[in-house]
Amino acid sequence: MHTKHRLRLGAAMMLLAVATFFVCAVLVLYANATTPRGPLPEGTVLMDKTPFKWGMALSVVLFGAGFALNHTHTARARIARSATYALLIFGAVLMVFPFYWMFSTAFKTPRETNVFPPQWLPSTLSLDNFHEAFRKAPFARYFVNSVIITTLSVLATGITTILASFAFSRLKFPGRDILFTLLLSMMMVPFEMLVITNYQTIVSWGLRDSLPALFVPFLASIFYTYILRNFFLSVPDGLYWSARVDGAGNWKYLWKIMVPIARPALVTIMLLNAITSWNSFMWPMMIIESTHNRTLPYGLQVFTTEAGTQFNLLMAASTVVILPIILLFLFARKQILRGVARGGLKG
Amino acid sequence: MSEAQRIRREKVLARRARIWAAIEPAAYLLPFMVSILIFTVYPFFNVVFMSFRQGFDLLTNTDQGIGLYNYQFVLGSRDFMNALTNTGIYVAVVVPVSAALAIVLANLLNRKVRGMAIFQTAYFLPMVTSAMAVGLAWRYIFLRDFGVLNQVLGWFGVDKINWLQKYPWSLYALILFGIWSNLPFTIILILSGLQNIDETYYTVARVDGAKSMRIFFRITVPLLAPTIGLVLTINTISASKVFSELFALFNGPGIGGSLFTVVYYIYEQFSKQKHAWAAAAAMILFVLIFIVTMLQQYIQRKWTY
Repeated sequence: MHTKHRLRLGAAMMLLAVATFFVCAVLVLYANATTPRGPLPEGTVLMDKTPFKWGMALSVVLFGAGFALNHTHTARARIARSATYALLIFGAVLMVFPFYWMFSTAFKTPRETNVFPPQWLPSTLSLDNFHEAFRKAPFARYFVNSVIITTLSVLATGITTILASFAFSRLKFPGRDILFTLLLSMMMVPFEMLVITNYQTIVSWGLRDSLPALFVPFLASIFYTYILRNFFLSVPDGLYWSARVDGAGNWKYLWKIMVPIARPALVTIMLLNAITSWNSFMWPMMIIESTHNRTLPYGLQVFTTEAGTQFNLLMAASTVVILPIILLFLFARKQILRGVARGGLKG
Repeated sequence: MSEAQRIRREKVLARRARIWAAIEPAAYLLPFMVSILIFTVYPFFNVVFMSFRQGFDLLTNTDQGIGLYNYQFVLGSRDFMNALTNTGIYVAVVVPVSAALAIVLANLLNRKVRGMAIFQTAYFLPMVTSAMAVGLAWRYIFLRDFGVLNQVLGWFGVDKINWLQKYPWSLYALILFGIWSNLPFTIILILSGLQNIDETYYTVARVDGAKSMRIFFRITVPLLAPTIGLVLTINTISASKVFSELFALFNGPGIGGSLFTVVYYIYEQFSKQKHAWAAAAAMILFVLIFIVTMLQQYIQRKWTY
C-alpha cells in the first residue's frame, strides 16, 4: 500500500474510533440513567447495554490499529493536542459547573428545585426568586454595607501601604530592615488567632456591632506593604536623585513619580484587598449582631437558617453575593492573577 | 543681610532639615505602624498571654491566675481531638491531591493553547468568589435526594449517598469542596513556577532526543521542586484553617458536631465566651503552622538543585 494511503486510512480509523467510543459511552450512560431504581414492575423491558459496551471496546482496538498505521510525528502531535484540549475542557466544565448550577437554580421555580433527577435547565427566566430573596432579607442593605466597607478598607489600606512602603524602601532610618523583617515574621500568625484580642479591643472602644468595626482592624497590611516595597525597590535610584535635584521633596516625589510608576502593583494590591474584604466572613460574624450592619456573606449565612431548603432563593441570594466579584474578575483578570501568583488571597 | 546673619540663618535651616530628616520616616510610618501594632502585634502577644490565664474574663480583663489549665482543658476535650483528626485528614487529602491535579493542569495550561482567556476564567473563578456563596451551590449539589452529584453517580450505578448528614461522607464532601476551591490558587503558583523555568533546558533536552516523559521527570519536576514545596506549605496552612466551608455546607460542624475543625473549635469557644480556651486552641494552631513553615524552610534549604 502507498504510504499516503496508509496514513490516511490510519487517521480515518482513529477518527472513527473516537466517534464510536463517544456515541457508545453516551448510550451506556443514557441506559443507566433511564433504568428505574428498586424492584422492577412486571413486564419492564430494559435497554440492553451489551452491544454498546462491545462498541466501546472495539473502538479502543480500532484506535490502536489506526495509530499503528499512522504513527507519524504529525499524528502524534495531533493526538497530544486533542488530548490536551479534551482534558482542559473536561476540567473547566467541572470547575465552572457549581457556578452554572447556582445561576440556573436562581431562575428555577420552587417545584423545579425539588425533583429527582434534578432539572438541568430552568423553565423560565423570571427574576421572581431575586425579588423574593430581597423581600425576605434586606440584601439591598447588606449590599450597600459591603460596598461601603470594601471601599473604605481598600482606600485606607492603599494609603497606609503607599506611605509605609516608601519609608521602608526609600527613606533611611536606624533599624529599618530589622523592623521590616520582624513585621514579615508576623505574617505567619494566623488571623484566627488575632481576632480574639481584636474583638476585645473593638468592644472596649465601644465599636461592637457597628460598621466601623468591620474595617478599623484592616487599615494596614504587612503583606501588601511587602509587595509594594519590593516594587518600589526595583525603581532605579537615579530617578529619585534627579527629582531631588529638580527640587522635589520626598512627598512630591512619592505621589508624582513613584505612585504613577507603581500603578500596576497598586492596582493588584487594591484588587486583592477588595476581594478579601468583600468575601470576609468570620470577623463580621463575630462582631456584628444587628441585621442592618451585616455584610453580604454573613447576611447570606443568616439567610440560610431562614430560607432553609428553598434552594431557588438561596441560589438567587448567592448570585447577588458573587456577581460583583465575577464582574471584577472578568475585567481585571490579568492584574488579579499576577497578584495571586505572589501568594496573595491566602493567609 | 550681614554675613553673620546669613550664616546663622543657614545653620538654622540646616538644623531644621536634619530634624525633619529624622522625623520624616516616622511620619510616613505612623498610620501603618499604629494600625499594625494595635491589630496585629499586640493581639499576638496578648493571645499568647491570654492562653495561660485561668478563668479569664474578657470584658473585665481579669483572671484567677496563670497556668496551663486552658491547654489541659482544650487538649482533653473530645471536640478538640475530633477537630484535630478532621482537620488532619482534610489537610492530608486536600493538599497533595490538589497539588497533583494542579501540576497536571498547569502543564496543560502552559502549552500554547487557544482560548486561554476562557480557560483562565473557568479555572480561576472559584478563587475569588465567596466560599459561603459557592459553598451553598455545593450544598445543593450534594443533597441526597435532589442533588445532581447523586444523579451523576447514579448513571454509573452508585446508590444515593447522604453526603451532608452522615459522618464520614460529610468529611468527604468537605474534602471535595476543598480540593475544588484550592485548585485555582495551586494552579496559579505552579504555573508561575513553570514559566520561570529557562526554556533552554527544554531546547537542549529535545535536541538530545529526550522523550517528553523523561523531560517532565528529569527537568520539570526537579526545577519545580521549590515551587511545589512552597505550594504545599501555603496550602497546608490555609487548609488547616478550614472554617466558613462548614457553614456553607452544613450550617455548622456537621450532624451532632461530628465535623469539628480546629478553627471552628476556636470560634465555638469564642462564641461561648470561653475566650481563654479559644486562645489556647489558637496557640496550638499557631504552633502547628509554625512547625510546618519551619519544616518547609529547612527542606527547601537542604533540597536545592
